[in-house]
Amino acid sequence: MSATMAGTGNLPRPLMRVRNLMKHFPLRRRAIGLGRSSVRAVDGISFDVMKGETLGVVGESGCGKSTMARVLMQLIRQDSGEVVFDGRTVGDRTLPLQAFRRQAQMVFQDSYASLNPRMTIEDSIAFGPIVHGTTPAKALDRSHALLARVGLAPARFAGRYPHELSGGQRQRVNIARALAVEPQLVILDEAVSALDKSVEAQVLNLLEDLKRELALTYLFISHDLNVVRYLCDRVIVMYLGQVVEIGPAAEVFDSPRHPYTKALLRSVPSGDPLRRLDAPPLSGDPPNPIEPPSGCRFHPRCVVAQPVCSRAVPSLTDCGDRHAVACLRWQSGSGYSPASDIGGLPPIRTVEVSHA
Amino acid sequence: MIAYLLRRVGYALPTMLGVAFLCFMLVHLAPGDPLVSILPPDASADLQKQLMRLYGFDRPLPVQFGHWVWRALQGDLGTSIATARPVVHEVFNAVGNTFILATLATLIGFTVGSLFGFVGGYFRNSWMDRAASVVSVIGVSLPHYWIGMVLVIIFSVQLMWLPPSGAGPSGSGQWQWDVAHVKYLLLPAFTMSFIPMGIVARTVRALVGDILAQEFVVGLRARGLGEFGVFRHVVKNCAPTALAVMGLQLGYLLGGSILIETVFSWPGTGFLLNQAIFQRDLPLLQGVILILALFFVGLNLAVDVLQMLLDPRIERT
Amino acid sequence: MTSVSAVSQPHGDAGLLPRLDAMAVRSPSHRARVMRRLARDPIAMMASAIILALIVAAICAPWLMPADPFATSMLKRLRPVGTPGYLLGSDELGRDMLSRLMLGGRLSLFMGIAPVVMAFVIGSAIGILAGYAGGRINMLIMRCIDVFYAFPSVLLAIALSGALGAGITNALISLTAVFVPQIARVAESVTTQARRSDYVEAARASGASATIIVWQHVLRNVTGPIFVYATSLISVSMILASGLSFLGLGVKPPEPEWGLMLNSLRAAIYGQPIVAALPGVLIFLTSISFNLLADSLRMAMEVKQ
Repeated sequence: MSATMAGTGNLPRPLMRVRNLMKHFPLRRRAIGLGRSSVRAVDGISFDVMKGETLGVVGESGCGKSTMARVLMQLIRQDSGEVVFDGRTVGDRTLPLQAFRRQAQMVFQDSYASLNPRMTIEDSIAFGPIVHGTTPAKALDRSHALLARVGLAPARFAGRYPHELSGGQRQRVNIARALAVEPQLVILDEAVSALDKSVEAQVLNLLEDLKRELALTYLFISHDLNVVRYLCDRVIVMYLGQVVEIGPAAEVFDSPRHPYTKALLRSVPSGDPLRRLDAPPLSGDPPNPIEPPSGCRFHPRCVVAQPVCSRAVPSLTDCGDRHAVACLRWQSGSGYSPASDIGGLPPIRTVEVSHA
Repeated sequence: MIAYLLRRVGYALPTMLGVAFLCFMLVHLAPGDPLVSILPPDASADLQKQLMRLYGFDRPLPVQFGHWVWRALQGDLGTSIATARPVVHEVFNAVGNTFILATLATLIGFTVGSLFGFVGGYFRNSWMDRAASVVSVIGVSLPHYWIGMVLVIIFSVQLMWLPPSGAGPSGSGQWQWDVAHVKYLLLPAFTMSFIPMGIVARTVRALVGDILAQEFVVGLRARGLGEFGVFRHVVKNCAPTALAVMGLQLGYLLGGSILIETVFSWPGTGFLLNQAIFQRDLPLLQGVILILALFFVGLNLAVDVLQMLLDPRIERT
Repeated sequence: MTSVSAVSQPHGDAGLLPRLDAMAVRSPSHRARVMRRLARDPIAMMASAIILALIVAAICAPWLMPADPFATSMLKRLRPVGTPGYLLGSDELGRDMLSRLMLGGRLSLFMGIAPVVMAFVIGSAIGILAGYAGGRINMLIMRCIDVFYAFPSVLLAIALSGALGAGITNALISLTAVFVPQIARVAESVTTQARRSDYVEAARASGASATIIVWQHVLRNVTGPIFVYATSLISVSMILASGLSFLGLGVKPPEPEWGLMLNSLRAAIYGQPIVAALPGVLIFLTSISFNLLADSLRMAMEVKQ
């Protein structure tokens, strides 16, 4: 793990606290709707983002990662719950939206769609600072400085349009744009997922360097577990709009507690021919988030599910080492009988898995 | 599906009410007093007041509108000022004539337009495609009242094959399906067919091109399906949209026939509208426009529903 | 706001950074690229040339026309094309056709183009408002527009100008009213598209207000498509405007206007069919030129970037 807490000499303190965040999308019916049901994209999420850390968020597509990112950025208003940034509630009088958006920025997955096709690169980057009151001349200077910093020579790139750049270059521009307002927190929503592997590595290195230089905090959303493992200090595992496991990356990856996390980790393709699965670790698609399963939402797909799992709702339970899991198996007195916990996940042929 | 149907109808109702409101407002848009056309120029102020009360013009507008809609729902659109006959009666006679004209025009326009469209879409970027698109651009750019005149010049004045105007030898306006009458129909219908022709050609060309570029067509060919088989698939896939365009064009022609009907003195709604405008027969004007617009809304609705029935992919639940 | 020093460390102070100089790469703007593509399109150039020629002829008519377009002569009625002194013949009152066609272009072109220009401004404003506001406001505006959409455009134009009464101003108002909903609908759909785009999200995330986003981000991306659509409406507008005059709802005689001339020459189709059809040729020529130009413009803007 190259990502460390090196930049933060003092004790880590939460930069952002997320409490009971909830966002349901009512299903739109055309005309006279019977708008009863809704998609529970984010369904009661709580966690802290420590200053200076890289917090990863993983989960299958459709589990609400992106919606959560948008709610955190307040691009979508949450139904309930709150986001506290640096001790102040976002959207309050103490931290109005505009002020919050100088502190937190976001890099989107689609590097092309997130840049205005009719604006030059330098204008796109300078836009944020100008909005926040910097003079256009100064904003352009900063835009050029940032371009140089992300590895794009201003003389060559500043006057160009997004479609003239490659995907990797565009994502560098997006990073520069996010940094232009000098934020503390950068939310990276699948920011490198669309890039070629070689380019991805370069951009990841750039992100690491920038983080160290500018003392940034990252919320790194990705479905690529390898990248998350490489980059993140802590990891959140999401399933159907809820947090099922949270903990230090090393902990979660090396000794996952939640059956879903285990299954997810097993689904990571490995180059090791000895490490081969006999059965798919996760079968079926994620259930419908409109009518999530009762009890533990993972129970229909869980290999160690017991009858109690369809009734009782697990809550995040601390299991030491800043590691918490939402599974009845780890909740004492939940009615789950550990004795019958046999069989478990499909076997892996080699007993020892060596991490390269 | 029934839910969708209900919803679609429910969606059309406010539109219809809006249409009715707009038609109602036409009279009040007109400059001066709404009574100015019926009042003799030397009418006393007293008579004017009396008439105002009689026609209900002295009441607040929303009340007037309510009354008007209520009567319209019962099939009473008022009385024509010029002919003193019920507006409904006048309109329905004319609608029949316009319908004959518009239907034939749509059929001609659709057939010819689809032909050009298919040729263009099938042989994209060939000289035939270019020729077809030239024809369709000409089609949408022609002032149809002018092409009507040109056709009259050619076929009536020069060749003397077809009559230049009217809807029958007797001039009674009573339509009959015989050779003598159909002769009167041909020129206006052909003229009118230019309106949908270009649009249909453009739509069909785009549709055919898109479908041929799709992977399933490549798959069909790869599996050894002959060109005719491919053609059948293309037709099947174009049909819903093309028919929808045709339906909308029919509705458009019903309402947009006024200029052509004027050129050919065809006794349809357009001709009636023309009369209503120049005799300042506002109840008639209102009635004709209301009926034509409602027809258009209804046709839109029918096309939507029909398209859903024809296209299995559109499952609007 | 603090300086950028933290960011620009490797390159020294921001003020010392090399400014963009003559060596710097500047890409041509979108508009410049579209114009360049148009300039290479022979059809677009031909159509523009025709439109330009018609406009110049109409504007300069008072100085260029060979005769007085209002001077009637009972003796020289309906002369054929090519008559000495009457290059394009004379009309039913013996007035010189060429002069009347030139002068008539003023009103015809004005009545064809002006409603689209006005509708472009009004319709864009309405559509962008509806599109960017979304939600209830959008629904309210769009439902009102649906009502206008329930009328075939010819019917709506004639109904409005029929109710308002004949005259140029009323014809202009009616035609504008016909095109506003159509343009608003296009504007609404492209704006809605832009509003949902990531770059607008990103701009919102920058802390920009709705007004700034509309001006800086949305407008740049939606005016192009709306403009193309409006261009294609000029052709329809020309036909409709002349059609109104043809019905007697637009320009009043003796003012020359192509639609009106076409109408008053209708009786002459037996005597001088070619002269009678001439005004229509000009309406057609204008209409098709605008159509071709709009098509070329659309293609020039659609080219994969």
